[in-house]
Amino acid sequence: MAVGRVLVVVESVGGQALPASLELLTEARSIAGNVDAIAWGAGGAASLAGEVGGYGAARLFDVGDVGDSLPGPVVAGAISGIVASGDAPEVILIPTTYDCRDIAGRLSVKINRPVITNVIDLEAGDDGIRSVHSLFGGTQIATARFTGDKPWIFVVRAKSFAPLQSGGPAAEVIPVQPGDLDATGAATITSHHVESQTGPKLDEADVVVSGGRGLGTKEAYAMVEELAELLKGAAGASRAIVDAGWVPYARQVGQTGKTVKPTVYIACGISGATQHLVGMKGAKHIIAINKDQEAPIFSVADVGVVGDVHQVMPKLIEAIKALA
Amino acid sequence: MNIVVCVKQIPDPAAPPAIDEANGTLARSGKLVMDDSDSYGVEMALQLAEQAGGGEVTLVSMAPNGETSGLRTALAMGAAKAILVSDEALAGSDALATAKVLARAVGRVKPDLIVAATESTDGYTGTTPVQLAELLGFPSITFAKQISVSDGKLAVQRQTEVGYDEVECQLPAVVTVTAGVVEPRYPSFKGIMAAKSKPVDQLTLSDLGLDASEVGATGSGQEVLSVVDAPQRASGEIIVDDGEAHQRVVQFLQELKLV
Repeated sequence: MAVGRVLVVVESVGGQALPASLELLTEARSIAGNVDAIAWGAGGAASLAGEVGGYGAARLFDVGDVGDSLPGPVVAGAISGIVASGDAPEVILIPTTYDCRDIAGRLSVKINRPVITNVIDLEAGDDGIRSVHSLFGGTQIATARFTGDKPWIFVVRAKSFAPLQSGGPAAEVIPVQPGDLDATGAATITSHHVESQTGPKLDEADVVVSGGRGLGTKEAYAMVEELAELLKGAAGASRAIVDAGWVPYARQVGQTGKTVKPTVYIACGISGATQHLVGMKGAKHIIAINKDQEAPIFSVADVGVVGDVHQVMPKLIEAIKALA
Repeated sequence: MNIVVCVKQIPDPAAPPAIDEANGTLARSGKLVMDDSDSYGVEMALQLAEQAGGGEVTLVSMAPNGETSGLRTALAMGAAKAILVSDEALAGSDALATAKVLARAVGRVKPDLIVAATESTDGYTGTTPVQLAELLGFPSITFAKQISVSDGKLAVQRQTEVGYDEVECQLPAVVTVTAGVVEPRYPSFKGIMAAKSKPVDQLTLSDLGLDASEVGATGSGQEVLSVVDAPQRASGEIIVDDGEAHQRVVQFLQELKLV
């Protein structure tokens, strides 16, 4: 084994660990002899002991219920307590989520260690762990490593590994405290708002239909949503139309956004800037519709249609409806 | 209300990116421009200062070679002044080292609010603003899509997977904004002319009381070992739409048993 002990940050929703965390527990088993998890949640995280144990964690550090606080400072405080206790992990694996990125930033300063983010693979070397990164829309691959003291903090993109159960027993639950946070822990959530969302989640969908600048107007995005719904998929977007304010950031596929690996990815009016390609070129099949024959999206497409999305999409939608 | 906006000056994203062969980091020797991601933070800060009926917006940036062209863009939008930390020893600084430098620079302004982008377009590490908040001992709210300030309290709509949360904290605080949440103003001709004479305070590491060993490539504790070409995905069938091209897409989806 490349390292002795790895700590995996496990984020959960409704008492279930996020797939991104289960992916990291799976990978942790192949780089370390000992795998621990840390989690938090309403009523405490002990209910996750069976699930994280089943993916190979021997111990589960339970931060408890963080109440209305943003988790970042609280969980980072708890991890820095574990590091200071003398039971320090050599590697800390953190998934790329809204809350976990906060944890990584806070933790980095608390224990004065750098972070390596946007990791898509980890390799065990003679000198420890190396991280792999996709650059420039996936045209180049960089390998990096830490040169300073452990623990090494890696923030890993979702879908980098396939989650696989170990069949292990429930993890031993160990309560941990965040310590004194002062003003850093002052941010509190006063209410939650769920925007209308139907169908599967963007990063879990079997089919993703995304729209880009070629749609021309915000209103034309409705075609993307309709096609996604017909195919029981999720609707995504390029950065250009998120920046333009047409759709919220949560829909963004790409380097600054989500990584998706659906069975089919349908890019509508997307040129395929490197920013976008890095988030979707792992799709099993890619269909592209774009009027510019020179658009880079066609270099990764299995089926590329050179045409106007306003002509092609309505016909495509009608043809699929006719088959239903 | 005094607001600091962290602004990153990056290689022009429209130009082909280049890797510095010596250390495997992004080449930053050419002309730099303001990261588009920061234009939303600048706009947000200008609006908040206007609503508060006073105070000014100060830019804080770190860049090689005393580069100011990106800062002038934000000054032309309406920021009052800028602090630029530029020092040879900073080359190769990672996110934590950058946050340490920015924390010292921000400390000179003593702002009520610090605004930054969620992540930069070039390096997209995405941790620097939160590291900055921790170094300053401030709360932080990331992924903001709307911000308001009243009675010394910051209220933010924070992006979530399914919608947004309303999140509050006291000032001073750090907030990061996602792109597309406001429409950044275009600098007026008057603004561009005025920006030329706005103060840009250029500082070195020693001005900030930082040691060269804490920053730059030596202080960053990580290195790039190799950069190689990735295996290319084979390109497939390209058809020019003659009015019936959608049929090929339907057929492809049928082959995959999706329709």
